[in-house]
Amino acid sequence: MAERPIKISSKGISLWYGEKQVLFDISIEIFVNRVTSLIGPSGCGKTSFLRCINRMNDVIPACRVSGQLMLDGLDVNSQNTDVVDLRKRVGMVFQTPNPFPKSIYENVAYGPWVHGENNRSKLDAIVRRSLDEAALWDEVKDDLSKSAMKLSGGQQQRLCIARALAVEPEVILMDEPCSALDPIATAKIEDLMHKLKEKYTVVIVTHNIQQAARVSNYTAYFYLGKLIEYGKTSEIFERPREKSTEMYLTGRFG
Amino acid sequence: MAKQDLAGNAMGKLTHIVAYTSIVAIVLIFLFLFLEGAGIFRFEDPVHLFLGTEWQPTSENPRYEMLTLIVGSLFVTLGAIVVGVPLAVGCAIYLSEIAPQWLEEVLKPAIEIIAGIPSVVIGFFALVVLAPLLSQIFGIPSGLTALNGALMLAVMIIPTVETISEDALRSVPKGYRHASLAMGATEWETIKNVIVPSAIPGIGVGVLLGFGRAIGETMVVLMATGNAALIPTGFLDPVRTMTGTVAAEMGEVARGSPHYFALFMIGCTLFIISFGVNLVANHLIKREER
Ligand SMILES: Nc1ncnc2c1ncn2[C@@H]1O[C@H](COP(=O)(O)OP(=O)(O)OP(=O)(O)O)[C@@H](O)[C@H]1O
Ligand SMILES: [Mg+2]
Repeated sequence: MAERPIKISSKGISLWYGEKQVLFDISIEIFVNRVTSLIGPSGCGKTSFLRCINRMNDVIPACRVSGQLMLDGLDVNSQNTDVVDLRKRVGMVFQTPNPFPKSIYENVAYGPWVHGENNRSKLDAIVRRSLDEAALWDEVKDDLSKSAMKLSGGQQQRLCIARALAVEPEVILMDEPCSALDPIATAKIEDLMHKLKEKYTVVIVTHNIQQAARVSNYTAYFYLGKLIEYGKTSEIFERPREKSTEMYLTGRFG
Repeated sequence: MAKQDLAGNAMGKLTHIVAYTSIVAIVLIFLFLFLEGAGIFRFEDPVHLFLGTEWQPTSENPRYEMLTLIVGSLFVTLGAIVVGVPLAVGCAIYLSEIAPQWLEEVLKPAIEIIAGIPSVVIGFFALVVLAPLLSQIFGIPSGLTALNGALMLAVMIIPTVETISEDALRSVPKGYRHASLAMGATEWETIKNVIVPSAIPGIGVGVLLGFGRAIGETMVVLMATGNAALIPTGFLDPVRTMTGTVAAEMGEVARGSPHYFALFMIGCTLFIISFGVNLVANHLIKREER
């Protein structure tokens, strides 16, 4: 399976919320410049795993993680890892669009600005590039000072993608980015994902099995906190090795 | 089902009645104050009444000019805001964003206790402890000054401003916070650049209500500020407030005398100020809800 460089390598990741273990010994290798989708029934730990990659689990006091997760040469869970630096390299898009109650421009410029960029023309260029990459530029270019709250849901989600791209991450994590969107907005974001993988490594959680099939090169199937099956999307969908995977994909449970 | 509807309906009607009753009460109070106070216009023209600086109700040649008192009230109140708001908002940020659960459980009741201290106790403290201290620190003959009152009022508005600001901060959607952290902003950058700006309207409401609380406070300013009816030139001067004046003088005036009318007009002015502040606060809340 290792036909291209590995971006993220998880070795024996387990995760607990308080006493309750939610992830069991997850080992997976995620490839560079590919879209990898995480699927599985609700509550199986997809979001929890995704949040291991950028250490957003740190925000939850009761959460504890063990095991090793490498991002290129960086040991993500190490005490010495600078979380700020890690999160600059690993961007995240959330399930519900969550733009700041600021202008479109300020939303996109926020990341670079907070990291010290205050040259106006550089910020202008970053905003333009990011909105362009998120396929939103044409729709908003005439009014960048408009409040982000006034955009449609689909536009807001693309704005959030642009905001994440503005810090030039290497990896983009997306947690059900289309679950609050209509089919047209969803299609736009799916198109976008094909483009994004040329430059970024994309990991997406989705409940929509067709979406996983359409957008991802690799698919990982989680069930009850365990990684059941992982491989090329085409193989997983055509010849699942595990009974559980097959049942999930054919909609017999989940 | 029908029974529940009926109960719901009755509750609805009841809340309507209560709401209307309070509006009627407000209008009646205002009318009462205004009509009782309007007699003063026979003795003092409106320009002098509101913009003159001579408050000498008991002299040979009595003058009833309120500006000194209005300035006195605004002076202590603004002083209280300047000192109290940063403390209260700082507390609110600390409690809502940073403090561990156990500390929150200790600090929160402590702040609520401040709200429960009788104002006469705070006034007593100002008179006996803080005033001598201030007089020593600044080398002034008496510590009964605008500063003394402002510091005590600052303490008194902290619970109001803190509680409302904390609510505002807590109601900032978690998504904003997560988005900012996930982009590599630190906790502090997130608070400063995302959470506090999003909560500003709510914090503004807290400040306005704190203002209303401070300008209406009577006992503390009466005991703490020295009550000299002079326009202050600084915070180390004594001041006389509107509330302090009404409280101190109302007991001794003859009903229907010009002095009596003047005190009612002061009350009416106070009422208008607090009402205005509350209107603005309400407007902010409404705008937030949209
Ligand atoms: N903050 C938390 N505190 C305690 N338990 C949590 C927390 N977040 C998630 N869990 C639990 O961990 C388990 C896995 O949750 P997770 O959100 O990772 O699942 P998921 O696969 O993303 O589900 P969904 O598809 O519904 O989003 C669930 O049983 C959930 O109840
Ligand atoms: Mg999830």
